Formats: sequence, structure tokens, C-alpha cells
Amino acid sequence: MVSQVMGWIDERFPLTKVWREHLAEYYAPKNFNFWYYFGSLALLVLVMQIVTGIFLTMNYKPDARFAFASVEYIMRDVNFGWLIRYMHSTGASMFFVVVYLHMMRGILYGSYRKPRELLWIIGMAIYLCLMGEAFFGYLLPWGQMSYWGAQVIVSLVDAISPEVALWIRGDYVISDATLNRFFAFHVIALPLVLLVLVFLHIVALHQVGSNNPDGIEIKNHKDPVSHIPLDGIPFHPYYTVKDIVGVSGYFIAYFGIIFFLPEMGGYFLEENNFIPADPLKTPPHIAPLWYFTPFYAILRAIPQKQLGIAAMGLAVLIFFLLPWLDRGVVKSVRYRGTLYKSALTAFVLSFLVLGYLGTQEPTIWYVNPIARVCAGIYFGFFLLMPIYSRLDKTKPVPERVTS
Amino acid sequence: MDKIQADRGRRRLLIGVTSAIGGVGVGALATPFVLSMLPSARAKAAGAPVEADISKVEPGMMITQEWRGQPVWIVNRTPAMMVQLAKNTHLLSDPDSNKSEQPEPCKNTARAMPGHDNILVVVGICTHLGCSPTEKLKAGNEGGMGSDWPGGFLCPCHGSKYDLSARVFKDMPAPLNMRIPPYTYLDDQRLLIGTNKKGG
Repeated sequence: MVSQVMGWIDERFPLTKVWREHLAEYYAPKNFNFWYYFGSLALLVLVMQIVTGIFLTMNYKPDARFAFASVEYIMRDVNFGWLIRYMHSTGASMFFVVVYLHMMRGILYGSYRKPRELLWIIGMAIYLCLMGEAFFGYLLPWGQMSYWGAQVIVSLVDAISPEVALWIRGDYVISDATLNRFFAFHVIALPLVLLVLVFLHIVALHQVGSNNPDGIEIKNHKDPVSHIPLDGIPFHPYYTVKDIVGVSGYFIAYFGIIFFLPEMGGYFLEENNFIPADPLKTPPHIAPLWYFTPFYAILRAIPQKQLGIAAMGLAVLIFFLLPWLDRGVVKSVRYRGTLYKSALTAFVLSFLVLGYLGTQEPTIWYVNPIARVCAGIYFGFFLLMPIYSRLDKTKPVPERVTS
Repeated sequence: MDKIQADRGRRRLLIGVTSAIGGVGVGALATPFVLSMLPSARAKAAGAPVEADISKVEPGMMITQEWRGQPVWIVNRTPAMMVQLAKNTHLLSDPDSNKSEQPEPCKNTARAMPGHDNILVVVGICTHLGCSPTEKLKAGNEGGMGSDWPGGFLCPCHGSKYDLSARVFKDMPAPLNMRIPPYTYLDDQRLLIGTNKKGG
């Protein structure tokens, strides 16, 4: 009976073929480690954000007069509204945790290198899209930080082209018109783009195959008869099961935060956002959510408006060039030399320090000077990469993956 | 052979023409959608001038009036504050407001209308990224600004400092002095913000 149904479907839709090519007979390297959880986790978080988002729209009102109150209504009066809202707000921050770790994996093991340049670029497009999604979504609760955060970001556009800023706002200031269209972007426009990009990301991944912690191609050693990579194992059941373990670990952390620390001390939901938006009064301390603070710190560190905006934009976009900046002979950090490892360590530290400084008040004397040093290291990591990655003394790369 | 060549040429022409016409169609269709995002007629109409009563603003005090959804500050400066303004020149990035925006009569040290030098009317929006600065009107360390603070405004977002004429200090993220809106005195106690003309 089942095989008859499958046969009926397969004549009309390549169900069995897709199952085989992308799961049961998709061979991934057998040496995946902890870092390889975050791709599938990102997909999980995306689905969770879409589902919780759908339920939030059932009670949320995208109107400047009612938006703030409707979020409080969800939190207090809607059955389990608090849970759904905290799942969505915590999910937003966790999305960035997962995506930053996923990107870190790519950098550690050289997953952006040939032939995976397009895979990396599509991934970066997803990251940009996610930043947009987070930005548009953050206006919706219509709290003080929502309002002034949007004001600052739209002013960045204003500094480049006032006409475009006016077009984005739909009014001379951030207003009801802005809220309404940001809702449209957040709820339908960007999620559609995001889904298409994620689909393309997976198509590109399955075209070139996964990289691995050794940074070598498993396709170079295939079984002469079956043509299956000798170091490959089928994605299903091996990695589906591994990923379930990852999901369990993730859910422990995720729900732990939701139940015990949903605001994360002001890092996931800022205190000022529990005050309704007031266009006449900027909160005394304004900072974006933690996932934007490294870039925000760079913006503030540069005492010239247009240059600051340019540096901030470059700090994000320079990741796109990574496949061409890296001239190292090996892909994985395992076989790189001291030079590259030091540069990478300095970069990660500068990113974290910038992230911290971005949350601090700019009037503290050390904030901007240290941010300038860190911004120098940040850009140095990328711009000097063609030089130091080539000079780097690398170790010999194994023919086959190591366990 | 000749016929195949001719057909290819025609095919290329047809593809080109179809793409071009189609492109024009897509562009034409996109226009109303793009323009629908500009401010609506209602948003445009909401920018009318507003009246402000300054009779209760005592020297050293500040009030905020909403105009076009933006905060407009009205500060009544004390004689001591007015004296300090002239001493600030060396601290400022654009002391004469040459690059900054203000109505022509307000292009002076006080950035105020002649005859009402002590009254500062300014759009309280930082010229850096549009935050609304915090008032730190009193000179000295009272607001945590350091003992050499001459009195003025501090933007909480990126730390830009302005003096009591809303002129930006040197080496700040903000490039310009804060904007003075067009305004006019209806009489000594009433202002009309948003127009140069009485009854405008």
C-alpha cells in the first residue's frame, strides 16, 4: 500500500529522488564536530521565529496609538501570550548567537574558500536580511528604544540621501506610517526573501558538499565501485540524529533563558523599551541590541559622520570579500601557522570588545579610544589578510580526514 | 543556411524588443508602488506652524514644543549664560554658524532673533544621527560634565556636545550646529514656530 502510494507520487513529483539526493544518500564528511550544529539550528530558529511570529500577529496592532498597549496585552491577557512573545524575542537574540557561531565555524575551517564562495555569499546575504528583520522587528513594540533606535538607523540613511530616508519613513519623522510599513517588511517581505535565500543556501551547499574541520575535499577519495566518498556518511540517519542532540542542547539553553532570564539583564529586551515611544525625549542612554553593538561601536569611534557610517557599513560588507582576501594554502585553522592564528585571535577579541564597548556610554573616557584600536584590528584582520595568510607557515594537510 | 541566419537575427531582435518593452512595463508598474511609500497627503498637511507661549519660561528655564513631530526647545538664557556664549568661540566647530541652518536674522552668537537675544528656539535634534540631546544648561560639574563645562546640551547617543546656542563643540561626531527653525514673534510672549511670517 505504502509503496503503491509512493509510486503514484514519484510518477508525478520526485519525492524519493529528493529524499535520496538530499538526505539518505547525501554524503557529508564523517568528522563533523560541535561547530557543525549551528547550520541546522539556524534553520530550526527560523521556523520557530516564523511560527511564534504568526501567533503574535494575531494580537499585535501595527498602529502607533495601539502598538505598545497591544504588546502589553499579549504579555498580560492573552493565554500564554507571554510565552509566545518571549520565545520570539529570545529567539531573535538566539538567532544571532547561532548565526555568529555558524559564521565563526566558516572562518575557522575556511568554509568560504573555493569552491564555496557563492555558498558564503548567499550566507552573508542571509545575515544582512536577518539584520534587516531584527531592525524592522525592533520598532514594532513602539517603546523608547524601538523609536530612537529606528531614528538613529534611519538618520544613517538621511546622512547619505535625505530623499531616500523620507521615502523609508513615509513621514518627516518616525511615525505611524513608518511603524505600519516596518510591520509589512518584518512580517511578510523579508521573511519571504529569507526563505528563498535559505533555500538557495542549501542548494549551493548540496552542489559543492560540506567542508569539514580538516578543510579538505572528501570527494577526492571515492570508492572505485560505488563512487561514494570514503570519508562520507549519509546525512540521514547519522547527522539527523546528531542534530537532534544539538536541538536538545539548544532547547535547554533557549527555554532556560525564556523561563528564568527572558530580558537577559537588558541585553535581549532593553529596560527603556518598557516605556512607550516619546518622540520628544531620547532616553538618557541609547544602545542597540547586543548583536549590533560591534558595528555601533565602530560608528561612534569615528568623529566624522560620513566616515563613521562608511566604516560601519564596510565592517559588515567586508565579510563578503573573505573568499578572495584569504590567500592561505590551507583552509582549516588546524593546519595554519602562528601568524594566521594570532590574527584570528586578535580579530575575535576585537569583535567581542567592540561588542562590549557598544553597550557602554560614549562619554566614559576609555570607550572611544579603545574602540578605535579595536576597529583598527578589525579592519586589519581583513585588509592585511592577503599578506599574512600567504606568509603564514602552514602545516602539511592530511590526505584523508582525521577523527 | 541563409534562412537560418536570418531567423536567428530576427529571433534576437524579437527577444531584445520583448525584453525592452517588458522592462518598461515593469518599471511603469513599479512606479506607483515606490511612490506610495512617500509621505501621504495627510502627513504633508500635518506640518503646519504651531504657537508657543513663552510668558512662563523664566531665565534659566527651558520648555519643549512639538512641531512636525520633532521637539523644539525654547530656552530663556540668563545674562550670565549670554556672557559665556561669546567666550565659547575657541571651543566650537562652527562658531559663526556659517555651515549650519538657521533663519538669516538668527545668524549671530546668540542664534536668536534681534531684540530677543536671550530666547533660543532650536530643533532639539542632534545633527549626528537624530537623537534628542539632554539639557545640561548649568555650567560646571553639576550634571557630571566636568568643572570646565560652559553649559549647553549633551547628546546621549554618541556624546556630541553643544553650547547654549546649540553650537556644536570641536571634534564631535555631529558635524553641524543644531537647526534653528523658521519662527516669528506674534508679540513679546507668543511665538509662531514653522513660519517667518506673522499669521502665516
